[in-house]
Amino acid sequence: MNTDTLVSIRDLHKHFDISGGWLDQLRFTGGRFARRKTLVQAVNGVSFDIMEGETVSVVGESGCGKSTLARTVMRLYPPQAGEVHYRGRRIDHLSREQFKPYRTRMQMIFQDPYASLNPRMRVRQILEEPIRFHRPKTSGSEVLDRVAEIMQQVGVDPEWRERYPHEFSGGQRQRISIARALAVDPEFIVADEPIAALDVSIQAQILNLMMDLQEKRRLTYLFISHDLSVVAHISNRVAVMYLGTLCELAAIDALFDRPRHPYTQALLSAIPRLGAKGFQHQRLTGDVPTPIDLPSGCVFHGRCPHANDRCAREVPTLRPQGQETLVACHGVAEGRLPD
Amino acid sequence: MDRQPLLSVRDLEIRFRMRHGDLTAVNRVSFDLARGDRLGIVGESGAGKSVTGFGILNLVSKPGYIAGGRLLFEGRELTALPEEDLRQIRGNRISMIFQDPMMTLNPVLTIGTQMVETILAHRAISRAEATAIALDRIRKVAIPSPQKRLQQYPHEFSGGMRQRIVIAIALLNSPALIIADEPTTALDVTIQADILELLLGLCQSEKMGLILITHDLAVVSQVAERIAVMYAGTIVEIGPTAQVAGNPQHPYTRGLLGALPQRVPRGGRLNQIPGMMPTLTRVPEGCPFSNRCTLCEEVCRRRVPPLEPKAAGCLAACHLLD
Repeated sequence: MNTDTLVSIRDLHKHFDISGGWLDQLRFTGGRFARRKTLVQAVNGVSFDIMEGETVSVVGESGCGKSTLARTVMRLYPPQAGEVHYRGRRIDHLSREQFKPYRTRMQMIFQDPYASLNPRMRVRQILEEPIRFHRPKTSGSEVLDRVAEIMQQVGVDPEWRERYPHEFSGGQRQRISIARALAVDPEFIVADEPIAALDVSIQAQILNLMMDLQEKRRLTYLFISHDLSVVAHISNRVAVMYLGTLCELAAIDALFDRPRHPYTQALLSAIPRLGAKGFQHQRLTGDVPTPIDLPSGCVFHGRCPHANDRCAREVPTLRPQGQETLVACHGVAEGRLPD
Repeated sequence: MDRQPLLSVRDLEIRFRMRHGDLTAVNRVSFDLARGDRLGIVGESGAGKSVTGFGILNLVSKPGYIAGGRLLFEGRELTALPEEDLRQIRGNRISMIFQDPMMTLNPVLTIGTQMVETILAHRAISRAEATAIALDRIRKVAIPSPQKRLQQYPHEFSGGMRQRIVIAIALLNSPALIIADEPTTALDVTIQADILELLLGLCQSEKMGLILITHDLAVVSQVAERIAVMYAGTIVEIGPTAQVAGNPQHPYTRGLLGALPQRVPRGGRLNQIPGMMPTLTRVPEGCPFSNRCTLCEEVCRRRVPPLEPKAAGCLAACHLLD
């Protein structure tokens, strides 16, 4: 194993049971009643490593399981199967108490800064809480200094510490959520669509802030986004997800210059481009299947222009293609896809 | 170019009555749209782009009202028309497409019923004829097995398919103008590209005018022939797409384009416009952008710059441009 691996995700599975109570589960089939469970298979066997100091982005369309993956890594959801390792130690099976020290090392930023800040707490209280909880020995004046220092770092005037979240704009609020994540000096930050709710000029401010903070504090990011041009800008490596599985994992230049997986190719071709006339994107046929009823074989085969019998039967595994790319595709592995 | 534009908006002003006096959401907005022309209106949230779109159809809901200006559509002054005549223009000559197709479609009626009713509201024809038109439009938006689809309810469609249905409904009475307000914002990128391509193709084949309202500059640049950039209720720059997207003049447009990750080398610093758009109660005097503009001079704080032709070939509202 590489020595500077920070987080290692191994064959992670997360399913949600949406079948409700046992009465809801009853189905009348073949002349008798049977109990059926309905499972949403949100994440199915995802594995990858995150190195110290890098930004790994997870992209995919809505419902592909990218947020579930982020939350499972953060242990906001318990995984069904698979392991998460942090600096070589397995953390997914730890008890709440055992996990506590890791909470100061890994923090999360959420999409909606309106929903993720408690409207009844002042900014000072929001930022003090993690410090007081994780470092109970800190004195009152130290906590205050710390709050002022972080507010300064994220570009919110410390004079405003007695205000409530509703008194701030969306961009300011997202700065406060970033400040809250930084309050306990984490190494690893999971950001779930941190700029999706913001306007373009504000998005730029937050992205710049995140890149500056990464440089200053040597942060490692797991960045979840659906916006490919943002991802292209800030990531070192990108993981492309489709229907709960990883299709392609590649270094940023390799991915954008030479996407290998047919889904990645379609996704990249659909990015709206400034100054492009008309459309040259690859059209995908068919609708996105639901994660309740996963297709057999490769999850993408129903919409893939290159699918054959093997794709419908056999689940492809991630295989290295060149130096910096891993692709899960029979067609690429067999070399029958056009370049 | 036609002698007479399809739509001519002159000094449109839309205000909202508030307890502490009126708020001006759209401030003296003017533009022309020729028959079959495609205009994109871009801006950040609160810039007044949607209100402008609603204003054209006089659909601004209370406490908002049109406080001034003229709206000339196919030679008729829309602001002076009685409600009944306006209703005949809406959905007939001008159609609107909204962001969320689930909100636009009635969840308890089949697609067929909704489409047929829309036609019958505007035309005196039989149900069978109306159904034939509905089928034709469903084919136009490339939905497979149209016969079967007409009998289904909105929840049986995916997001992209629903937006296609909404477009089909907008097309029912062969309108001369479609106003699309963030039509693809709720959709995934691959579907967004499909829908935009469809919309673009339809505008070209049916010779329809389009006003595309969106926050996404890249989307607009792919579809529209001209772009109007709005800021705090005013148009700050308007011109041909290649001009506005390739060689922006107004400092706000430049800032906005510089903030796009696509325009900056990977990993480089994005241009950021300091501050944020003022709320309508606090628009600065003079140029509305003056408090965020890095080039701001004395004159910018005193006088509102008029939207006028600049050397580069676009119209821009800035004192500092020649």
